[in-house]
Amino acid sequence: MSTSAQNQVSCSGKISETMQVMVKHKGCGTIGGSGKASCGSQAGIANLPIEIWEKVKNHPCYSEEAHHHYARMHVAVAPACNIQCNYCNRKYDCANESRPGIVSEKLTPEQAAKKVLAVASAIPQMSVVGVAGPGDPLANPDKTFRTFELVNKLAPDIKLCLSTNGLALPDHVDTIARLKVDHVTITINMIDPEIGAKIHPWIFYGHKRYTGIEAARILSNRQLQGLEMLTARGVLCKVNSVMIPGINDQHLVEVNKAVKSRGAFLHNVMPLISSPEHGTVFGLRGQRGPTAQEVTALQDSCESEMNMMRHCRQCRADAVGLLGEDRGAEFTMEKIMAMDIKYDEQARKEYQAKVEKARTANLVAKQEALARLASASSEIKVLVAVATKGSGLINQHFGHAKEFQVYELSTSGAKYVGHRAIHSYCQGGHGEDSKLEIAIGAIKDCHAIFVSKIGGCPKAELIKAGIEPVDRYACEFIDGSVTAWFQLYLDKVNEGKINHVERVDAAVRSNALTSAA
Amino acid sequence: MPFKIIASQCTGCSACETQCPNLAISERAGVFLIDPEKCTECAGYFDEPQCVAVCPVDNTCVLDAALPRHREPA
Ligand code: SF4
Ligand code: SF4
Ligand code: SF4
Repeated sequence: MSTSAQNQVSCSGKISETMQVMVKHKGCGTIGGSGKASCGSQAGIANLPIEIWEKVKNHPCYSEEAHHHYARMHVAVAPACNIQCNYCNRKYDCANESRPGIVSEKLTPEQAAKKVLAVASAIPQMSVVGVAGPGDPLANPDKTFRTFELVNKLAPDIKLCLSTNGLALPDHVDTIARLKVDHVTITINMIDPEIGAKIHPWIFYGHKRYTGIEAARILSNRQLQGLEMLTARGVLCKVNSVMIPGINDQHLVEVNKAVKSRGAFLHNVMPLISSPEHGTVFGLRGQRGPTAQEVTALQDSCESEMNMMRHCRQCRADAVGLLGEDRGAEFTMEKIMAMDIKYDEQARKEYQAKVEKARTANLVAKQEALARLASASSEIKVLVAVATKGSGLINQHFGHAKEFQVYELSTSGAKYVGHRAIHSYCQGGHGEDSKLEIAIGAIKDCHAIFVSKIGGCPKAELIKAGIEPVDRYACEFIDGSVTAWFQLYLDKVNEGKINHVERVDAAVRSNALTSAA
Repeated sequence: MPFKIIASQCTGCSACETQCPNLAISERAGVFLIDPEKCTECAGYFDEPQCVAVCPVDNTCVLDAALPRHREPA
């Protein structure tokens, strides 16, 4: 049994308790308070047409709520690329790092299909298979589409997903629709070629290499055209944008409007990852990435226009498992060849039915918490961090967490705002003390941290840093617990027992917004 | 017959392989090689050598100075 499945079992007591108050689950609940369709970034069917909800509800990237319950995998069948980006360097493989374009092993479509079966058998909540590089899937159309054909045939219950820079997209729209690719992600960093030229030094198009503004203009036209063609065919599209301070950070609000008007379903603004050791142009040039607050502020300013994705982990091109929990190392080609793979669709369905129960219970808990909060009135907003291994539960030990999930609490409930990775990658040899320092630094903007367990020493250090360690909600649902805590917090503030103080920005390092492997 | 690939820089991305009009490029252990017998510098097909144009790492597909040029530089 997988570790995450075990966690679910050990925490299942709570689940069944809450199940008793379960109401009929129609895929999700409308979120009280906000009253807004927010299926991409938060849970909820809200105003979504049912056929769109069906497409997103079990996709960990399209639904924030689903990402606690369902897993995805990327198969690295697409090495070649047709554009260059100043934030990318594919000549680099670090097993401990989570970054798009990084892989340990390139696969043939046949190997990829085998890996899909192996993973789907071991991780029954794996619902989505994507091709996301390490180059561009559509610069490798034969390998990409052959992989999809094989997966369609061998594991028809698995959804397909594709991530592309969009340059070749208009040429492949029909094939994408024919192979029933459910979701396409297009990386669009600009609609203004002047800005594009600062991000993409060249493209390779129609047997020619173009550079500068001309290259960016072609790229931008092809991206927007591809997006329009896909949404016209009913393929769900997400747009990823890399936020590069001083280059496109302001401009991304325009990008947001442009992609929304062309039917994009969800916009994912991701922070630039740029360390000199990554060897990217931006990294070597000292271009900084945005801070946690800058990313959130930009996401907020786009949110009035459309749903924003806030839980992206900028995964490796061969990532496997729940978002933020990379199990790729368990599924190397060598290990897969030695595995006895039995693809059992029925067993997967049964497991997923259990997941749905837990998920329903979680939503019920969330709504109850909201109902309780409804009477409170306060302008106060605080951030809190949560250590979780998935299933929507507070089920991780402080010392074992590789990342924390951050929620913003207000009287309208708990809103997911992002996650903070707390390991420094590829730099072994860190002492425990400095790890603790990094962990505390990464959540300096939070008022509390929720964990299943925590040792005495880190507890004391957290309190010293002004962050309340909370372990009394171990194995309980995140939403219900954090709102219950918030209610107590508001009570104490109202009674004058504590003074509400704003906290500072977190000390987020250049790669701390992406997931640990 | 002159282009060659600097193996230490090649990312093994395979972008060049499919673009070569002469099927001169092949992989060996993750690194790509150009068969000097087959490479025509893309003469007769394209204005610029396709392996150079598509390679994401600059100065990785380069002229092999040890061999005579196939055509005069444009
Ligand atoms: S990179 Fe982002 S969108 Fe893609 S699989 Fe990872 S979390 Fe999902
Ligand atoms: S120059 Fe042209 S013919 Fe020669 S290897 Fe490169 S792509 Fe092939
Ligand atoms: S395009 Fe460049 S990096 Fe890619 S395989 Fe060819 S020589 Fe190597």
